[in-house]
Amino acid sequence: MTTLNTEPDAPVPVGIEANKVRGGPPRSEVLRKDKWWIQPLAIFTGLFAFIVYATWAALRNGHFYAGNVGRDYLSPFYSPCLTNSCTNNGYAWSDWSWWRLSPAIPILIFPLSFRLSCYYYRKSYYRSFWLSPPSCAVPDAGSTKAGGPRSKYSGETKFPLILQNIHRYTWYFAVIFAGILTFDAIAAFRFPNGIGMGLGTLIFVVNACLIWAYTLGCHSCRHLCGGGLRKFSASPSRHFVWKNFVSKLNEHHQLFAWLSLFWIAFADFYTWLVSTGAIHDPRFF
Amino acid sequence: MDTIETHYFDVLIIGAGGAGLRAAVEANAMGAKTAIVCKSLLGKAHTVMAEGGVAAALGNVWPEDNWKVHFRDTMRGGKMLNNWRMAQLHAQEAPDRVMELEDWGALFDRTSDGRILQRDFGGHRYARLAHVGDRTGLELLRTLQHRSVDQSVEVFMECKIFRLLQDDNGNVNGALGLWRENGKFVAFGAKSIVICSGGIGKIWKITSNSWESTADGQALALWTGADLIDMEFVQFHPTGMVWPPSARGILVTEGVRGDGGILKNKNQERFMFNYIPPFYAKETADTIEEGDQWYDNKKDFRRPPELLPRDEVARAINAEIKAGRGSPHGGVYLDICSRRSPEYIQRRLPSMYHQFKELADVDITKEPMEIGPTCHYVMGGIRVDAETTATSVPGLFAAGEAAGGMHGSNRLGGNSLSDLLVFGKRAGEYAVRYATDHSSDSKVSMSLINDHIKTALAPFERENGISPYELHHELQDTMQSLAGIIRTESELAEATEKLPVLKEKLQKVAVEGNRQFNPGWHMALDLESMLDIAACNVISALERKESRGGHTRNDYPQSDPDHFGKVNMVTNMGNDGAIGLRQEPLPEMPDELKVLFEEGK
Amino acid sequence: MSDTPTQTSTGDTNSQKKVTLKIWRGDAGGGQFVDYTLDYLDGEVVLDVVHRVQSEQAPDLGVRWNCKAGKCGSCSSEINGKPSLMCMTRMSTLDIEKPITVSPMRTFPIIKDLVTDVSFNFEVAKKIPALRPKPREKDGTYRMAQIDIARGQEFRKCIECFLCQNVCHVIRDHEDNKAHFAGPRFLMRIAELEMHPLDTLDRRHYAFDVMGVGYCNITKCCTEVCPEHIHITDNAIIPLKERVVDARFDPVAWLGRTIMRKPKPMSSEEVAKVTPAARQNQT
Repeated sequence: MTTLNTEPDAPVPVGIEANKVRGGPPRSEVLRKDKWWIQPLAIFTGLFAFIVYATWAALRNGHFYAGNVGRDYLSPFYSPCLTNSCTNNGYAWSDWSWWRLSPAIPILIFPLSFRLSCYYYRKSYYRSFWLSPPSCAVPDAGSTKAGGPRSKYSGETKFPLILQNIHRYTWYFAVIFAGILTFDAIAAFRFPNGIGMGLGTLIFVVNACLIWAYTLGCHSCRHLCGGGLRKFSASPSRHFVWKNFVSKLNEHHQLFAWLSLFWIAFADFYTWLVSTGAIHDPRFF
Repeated sequence: MDTIETHYFDVLIIGAGGAGLRAAVEANAMGAKTAIVCKSLLGKAHTVMAEGGVAAALGNVWPEDNWKVHFRDTMRGGKMLNNWRMAQLHAQEAPDRVMELEDWGALFDRTSDGRILQRDFGGHRYARLAHVGDRTGLELLRTLQHRSVDQSVEVFMECKIFRLLQDDNGNVNGALGLWRENGKFVAFGAKSIVICSGGIGKIWKITSNSWESTADGQALALWTGADLIDMEFVQFHPTGMVWPPSARGILVTEGVRGDGGILKNKNQERFMFNYIPPFYAKETADTIEEGDQWYDNKKDFRRPPELLPRDEVARAINAEIKAGRGSPHGGVYLDICSRRSPEYIQRRLPSMYHQFKELADVDITKEPMEIGPTCHYVMGGIRVDAETTATSVPGLFAAGEAAGGMHGSNRLGGNSLSDLLVFGKRAGEYAVRYATDHSSDSKVSMSLINDHIKTALAPFERENGISPYELHHELQDTMQSLAGIIRTESELAEATEKLPVLKEKLQKVAVEGNRQFNPGWHMALDLESMLDIAACNVISALERKESRGGHTRNDYPQSDPDHFGKVNMVTNMGNDGAIGLRQEPLPEMPDELKVLFEEGK
Repeated sequence: MSDTPTQTSTGDTNSQKKVTLKIWRGDAGGGQFVDYTLDYLDGEVVLDVVHRVQSEQAPDLGVRWNCKAGKCGSCSSEINGKPSLMCMTRMSTLDIEKPITVSPMRTFPIIKDLVTDVSFNFEVAKKIPALRPKPREKDGTYRMAQIDIARGQEFRKCIECFLCQNVCHVIRDHEDNKAHFAGPRFLMRIAELEMHPLDTLDRRHYAFDVMGVGYCNITKCCTEVCPEHIHITDNAIIPLKERVVDARFDPVAWLGRTIMRKPKPMSSEEVAKVTPAARQNQT
């Protein structure tokens, strides 16, 4: 067929060849010249500070309700109220007197699991705690050393991290908790002599708003409300909610994640201050 | 050199732009063993630069539209020099070619009832361009790329074909290439070959074309003895960026004008109203008021002159700049910010917004753009048979920008994407038919291959030679100043004398380094093609003593309907390597089509 | 008719300014950074300077580029360590007092200098189960609402520069994952098809089993480097992960499907059969 002296047909390689020599600058050398470490460090500091505060707040088991000074303020760390100390708050049904530990512990499991499996928090702690990766184009911790601790990276494919996939269930509970905190914000308008409003009331209203903004901007919520549809045009109302409401909040999910986190701690701290009598809650009307 | 890597295929397609991929999809679907060879990576071809849309008389926005109107617009845009049969096939088949892209995943913008939305463009009577924002070329290329990957078409990337191989009877039966990656040579045996290698823009200095547009396909065909046609017609797109220098030439889509953008000189005059040619006077608004009303009411008003065909607009801009009414960086202003809301601009022209923001730090929703003509497209190309896309060399086919005839002397915007779909498909189909009918005997002399390889490697042997980059700059300067947008006898004559000198210099080009991914060497090889095709352009331009479409002669400012309006310039290469030129009469249009042009229908 | 202003005509003071590029030179066998010092010219992007290095100082410098307008995605590299397109990085945005490093993408093997072997991406592309549309309407057209295609259109802005593939630590830092992780670009492609209003396949199990969406830990570097500003993580990968949850991790969704007698999600094996990679392996 031909007079060419040919090398045997050498077609392009099929399949992916892993472990090719890559060449290029040494892998351990970070070439980024900007201060790439600031962001993970700041996030680490922020989250770590919250963990320290939350531990103290959860184990405190006291002064989480300001009824003793005539304010219907219940710390979000202890809501719903599982003791009989929240006299006015309307949680009389929930007598957990058999529970010996801090009531914050069974409560916090729910918001904690929601935030731990939240797509935004996952990003932030994988980066700043796991250093996987600490920042873009900066090597994963351990990956540059042969046989380093995480040279085998399996992401979220194996136990326990595969459990991140239950995020939507934690969201269902988060919605319940957002409702409870909304109830608490409304309850904060109750004063011994009728309806009123103090600085604490305002703090609890803001708290409820931020919690809703964070909870409804959740990526799972975005999927469930309409994002999971193949054809929006068949469900115009779900598309409306998806586009004009949940997606808008979702764009600012990171912002609300931080604001609501900070504000919950602040609301707890404020309740503690008021309840211990360290400060007097100013009443507007 | 005793052995060489070799591959055999039924159909070999050179170029992985829209035409090449469409041809490959067709050939593969017909069951032929098909391969594509391309100079870049798959998916990077120049097709991605097409912005505005793909013209097809779908009639979704204007039910009045049909292939006859599209055909008429195309012929008139090409100043009647088009191959009528190509223009007819193109107008008839474009709608089907566009719609089948949706089978393969294309997502065109939609009308409110869910059909493909169409937009206005210069020279098209009705809103006709199916589009995706202003990145239609990317959509089309990606769709065809996905389709060809899905069909498992074999793709050889980053391989430059630098010679075609022929048997003793002159039938094309193979191609010789080199891997850019390692500089090794490779031979492809094929029963038929389709050239879809795109344009020649790199011959000029100010160009919207990428490094790839080095006239490779046209030169390969020329060297095998194929005819080229109409090589003088090069479209200078009216709106290219002029600032910053590094972005000079980069395209600004015609969609800006279709969506309301206007052209102004430094005195803020909307000058296009001074440049309405009699040929288009009947359908063009002659007052600003009328032109502005057209955007909202296309039925009762005539279109503004900013939407005249590209050649008219480019000439007008050029004249304004020459008269000293240009912008600080030697262009004119294209203004959409004062006419449309920022939201509208960002939604309709996202990639233009992005391009100016990132490259020039100009916010087009707040400031006018500075623009000027840029070399964009070659209407001329390899002469092909309208039905089969066969060239004058047996076994060799051509489609897309590399082929000539379809667009006459000037191409309408949006017609290039439809051209490459229609004739890409035809090229694939007829290349397979040829391959099936001709069991070609691929007797190629190894000594000839060795000669080619020796020539290709020669620049490594030379010491202290000329830099290929320098020679390229010299070619670009020559062509920009002597055979640019406005031409005259004396300058063209000067160019015909200068090009052989440059060709001699090519024999002294030396490259440094080794054969591994060596851009200097690749440039040296590309220059071979560019120099010969530049010569075809110049001698055709010298011969055509009239102004028409993409060919403007200072010394012959009028078109000449009696002689030059009836002939094509055909160039080819003799056995001695000299480029010959002959005039050939246009194919006669049948009466039933001629009727379309009477009484201004 | 030479109306071209020359590059030096604007501001003589600028012609005195210098800039140093530290470019990686070498091949698979090794290499080093080489310094090139040139005049600083107004309005240039990094690719322009690299081209001047090529035409003035190092004619054999290997670099890929095509359109020079951010539309083709060829000139991907790492500028001062940040994955970027050379043609879209203006010199004026960089600190020219210090040398500017230009290095090849790290995730792919080097061919020469700034040119890398990106064939990994083309191999992954063969694992994509393409669109399988439902039949056309009676009039021979497809009807699709703009709101149904808007999501896919965002993803189709992708210019395949592979910067997201390059920056993704899953393969950048763990070579062995290349065998079972497709990378952001191709997860986005799967998401596009799953959101296509005409499509009839179900790639959810496939996305997890074969494309490896579970390896993504949503650290969002792909989104950070995308020159087209596509929200790869928020709009493509996370929605894909949520779809995977529907198909394999959500007991309520499973119960709903069972009670309502809805079709089961397609298995990976079933979907894999229609990929070009599967056909290639058969032959």
